[in-house]
Amino acid sequence: MRADPGSRTWRLASSPHVADTVSCSRIMLIVLAALLPVTVWAVVNMGMLAVGLLIACVVSAVGSEALWNWIARKPHTIMDGSALLTGLLLALTLPPRTPLWIAVVGGIVSICLGKMIFGGLGWNLFNPALVGKAFVAISWTGVLSEQVVPGGWYRGIDVSAPTGHDAITGATRLAIAAADKAAAGAYGFDTTQHYVPLLFRNLEGSLGEISAALLILGGFVLIATRIIDWRIPAGYIGTAAVLSWTFGADPVFHVLAGGLLLGAFFMATDYVTSPMTKIGRFLFGCGCGLINIVARLYGPGPEATTWAILFMNGLVPLIDRLTAPRVFGWRKRNG
Amino acid sequence: MVKSGDAVLRGQLIGEAQGPISANVHSPVNGEVAGVYSIRLLSGALAEVVEIAPHAEQDWDSFVRIDAAEDVSETLRMGGIVGLGGAAFPSSVKLHSSHGKPIHTVIVNGCECEPYLTCDDRVMREWPERVVAGARILGAATGAKRVVIALENDKPEACEALLRHSRPDVEIVVLQARYPQGAEKQLIYSIIGEEVPHGRLPASVGVLVHNVGTAAAITDAVQLRKPLVERVVTVTGHVGEPANFLALIGTPISHLLAEAGGFTAEVSRIIAGGPMTGTAVANLDLPVVKGTSGLVALTNADLPPAVHADQPCIRCSRCVTACPMRLQPYAIGIHANRSDWEGIQRFVPLSCIECGCCETVCPTRRPLIQLIRRAKQVLMSKGVEA
Ligand code: SF4
Ligand code: SF4
Repeated sequence: MRADPGSRTWRLASSPHVADTVSCSRIMLIVLAALLPVTVWAVVNMGMLAVGLLIACVVSAVGSEALWNWIARKPHTIMDGSALLTGLLLALTLPPRTPLWIAVVGGIVSICLGKMIFGGLGWNLFNPALVGKAFVAISWTGVLSEQVVPGGWYRGIDVSAPTGHDAITGATRLAIAAADKAAAGAYGFDTTQHYVPLLFRNLEGSLGEISAALLILGGFVLIATRIIDWRIPAGYIGTAAVLSWTFGADPVFHVLAGGLLLGAFFMATDYVTSPMTKIGRFLFGCGCGLINIVARLYGPGPEATTWAILFMNGLVPLIDRLTAPRVFGWRKRNG
Repeated sequence: MVKSGDAVLRGQLIGEAQGPISANVHSPVNGEVAGVYSIRLLSGALAEVVEIAPHAEQDWDSFVRIDAAEDVSETLRMGGIVGLGGAAFPSSVKLHSSHGKPIHTVIVNGCECEPYLTCDDRVMREWPERVVAGARILGAATGAKRVVIALENDKPEACEALLRHSRPDVEIVVLQARYPQGAEKQLIYSIIGEEVPHGRLPASVGVLVHNVGTAAAITDAVQLRKPLVERVVTVTGHVGEPANFLALIGTPISHLLAEAGGFTAEVSRIIAGGPMTGTAVANLDLPVVKGTSGLVALTNADLPPAVHADQPCIRCSRCVTACPMRLQPYAIGIHANRSDWEGIQRFVPLSCIECGCCETVCPTRRPLIQLIRRAKQVLMSKGVEA
């Protein structure tokens, strides 16, 4: 009776014996791919300024993670791609003429204070790239919002000239829009004229603000491949549009301008720092949109997106708790 | 009951149920007892087995009948009928567990319990009349008003076969093919729209569920007084001719694999049951038992990368979305990892049905099922109510 597939030893493991094909590094690759168009377009238009920033942020982010693990005698984690992504996202939030040393500080802060100090990937409460961005924004306010270049490292390359617009930065333009709105109920300039440059070629903001259209494209790729949940950007952008319209501002302008789209598609959707339930994610997105617009119109202005998402990151444990599902067969929510 | 050298007949009682949740075992062949000894079965449980050398000539149509009994439950007990979906729970006990609570619906489950397996489909196609008869026997025994045979929409032939043999008092319900549709609680919800409360049996919502194979075996036990000596086993994966076999209980796994044409690739793991919840087989000489619904031969390429508890949870929420019980597997995993048995309780790990859905979708390959099982063991040993 002991027929063919005879005696040998078998490798054992507990069930399940099959798995889906989506791996962590694959997810990272798709996100990087979704960011590629806007990154490439930034490099095409901003040249070495963009390249320098990208390299500074990515190398400092990945490098500090490697160093941290080495010092802490932890296994290496840089191959999971998340530090690379953090560096890239940070670079995209910085204006092209940010001094490289500030970018490097941003990268180090992102990884060390934004992630590793909490215990590494998965344990951080706040989006690492935004922690770095917030640190830089607080420490060198003028540098980011006024595009001043200390030491003039890149003087001579006037990135705002080719647009043919006035020389104010995107961020400053938002500030004017907000101030005018609050004061007189009207804009100091016609926002509708800015739709096309904001969509396709805007040299007055950060690297990632180069093209709203490419950000939207990347966002749709992530939604279509089911990497991110549409509820976060939908709640975010929807709330932002409705709210700015309610306040009498131009909703299209406010959605397209500044860091909102980058934030809605790529920052607020970070798995680690967003809620675990579907309804929670929608509420989280709405909260981001609400704070973003209020902060933009009545608050400090330029870093509205950063603060909005960081604030909502802090609420995630509460949102998770309040929206915990009712487990099958139970009467009340569990969790 | 028997000893080495004894002659046994097909259908003869060779092992008697001991304890409340156990079942009689009958010889599947005419032969001679070659030995009685203890081994670890597929489940890992240590059990006494009777090795029988079958006679070269067998008369498959004759068997020793079980004693006539008035009561269906007693017939099932004597016949050693157990759930053939995989859990192998004694059917007579299941029938009893409903006593006191009126059963309004009997569901005969033709929703394959696992992907890869087709044994339920085959049973419905080959023996529709026995499945229908079994459903009606169960309906009559429980006094249920509603008798339902449920199957998935990817089995049109089985559905047709059942419809051809159906009776007006039996409903055929076609459900969406989606794992784990065949899981008892999910099935009951699909049919009656009610959730079985946590820690309770289906009887608490007035339902009794039996697998289609069990229903056919019940028909045989009641109408022919035939004990359970064989079952349908799916043999699939990297074998020459994947097929369903009517296998005698006790057939060595190696024999079934050889019958299916042997391996066609470098097989690295054999799974008893299905790939989601089945057990990896340590030894191919082990026998098919009453709960063995399938044998799946997988290669390294089919197998997922090994799980590792050091892998971080990236909070992607895929496990939360995948869980049919609406649990939060990631949270159970994190608390179990740090042995926080107090904090873990609000995530009610005891409600987990161990379907495996969460772990299969985890991008960082966290060992969610092992962590959840550990949590369940600890909580049960602490006497936490399910
Ligand atoms: S095994 Fe995972 S998916 Fe299945 S019920 Fe348990 S926690 Fe949920
Ligand atoms: S699927 Fe894995 S990584 Fe994602 S939330 Fe669940 S446990 Fe965490």
